[in-house]
Amino acid sequence: MLFTESHPSVLDFELRSGWHVEARGLCHGDICVPFTGPTDARSMATALGMPVVEADGMLAIGPRSTDHVLASIQAPLLTLPDVRTGQAFELTSLRGKKVLLLAWASW
Amino acid sequence: MWQAVRDELAPFGFEIVTVALDTGGVAAAGPWVERANATHPSLIDIAHTLDEVYGIVNVPSGVWIDERGSILRPPETAYPRRPGFLDRDVRADDPPHVRERVLAVKNLRIDADSYMHALRDWVQHGANSRYALSPDEVVRRSRGRTRDDAEAAAHFEVAQYLYLRGDTDAAVEHFRQAHRLQPDNWTYKRQAWSFADPTQGPTLLYDGDWLSDVQKIGAENYYPALDM
Repeated sequence: MLFTESHPSVLDFELRSGWHVEARGLCHGDICVPFTGPTDARSMATALGMPVVEADGMLAIGPRSTDHVLASIQAPLLTLPDVRTGQAFELTSLRGKKVLLLAWASW
Repeated sequence: MWQAVRDELAPFGFEIVTVALDTGGVAAAGPWVERANATHPSLIDIAHTLDEVYGIVNVPSGVWIDERGSILRPPETAYPRRPGFLDRDVRADDPPHVRERVLAVKNLRIDADSYMHALRDWVQHGANSRYALSPDEVVRRSRGRTRDDAEAAAHFEVAQYLYLRGDTDAAVEHFRQAHRLQPDNWTYKRQAWSFADPTQGPTLLYDGDWLSDVQKIGAENYYPALDM
């Protein structure tokens, strides 16, 4: 997650990360992590074990560590622009088909 | 290379989605897509988000996803046919660094036949294919993400943003951090190296280069052996 400001709002962090401040702590679905504040994006990320990198007035927040990047077999949501049209393409639009998702590069 | 596979298997409810991990964007990946006359969705991922989300560290990597959106095989090396570079011979006029590279490439482990046999079997038999892994096995085979890997992802995201903004020097510093933190991530390394030198040879900007880094781990370990 890259924020082009060094102090992104809590709302911005919540929208981008999917984690929300609740009475129980920081929650994402059924999972909650204890959190006592202060309530700002940086503190929330730190409480979640997400690395924070500051650079040139920006803030980049890495993902959480995990034993397995795929926590379940549900394909992670993926929305990326099509090379030719520039239109956002959602992987979920191919439900009903067998899909080979293929990462490649020109370099 | 994949369009022929798509043409062959599309009648059986199959689709290919290619994702170019290219910070250079459409300018870099577009000509390849055009040349391939691709009819499948061809996406661009300038920030290499697939690395973070799916645990991809090298290309080409394929992931099988079934009709319900369930992953049946996590990322693994995916070539549709034996690539020509495996059979390129050293030429008398090859300079030493090219000769070394040609020889190193010959030791890459690429088993396109096994991969394509398995892919066709899955398209034909679906969940009953012996190559469709159990949910536990899919999760077990997916990579872990250490704290360093996670921090590398953050640095790479900063680096690609700075690079695209034209702050090349600042970008290099964050590319280097990403390389240091996750040295087995080839997409982070090759992307940055390619900006400094299209052949990904040694430069003053980075500690590594493609050939040196491959030789360090042994070319046979560049792609993990397929476990179909």
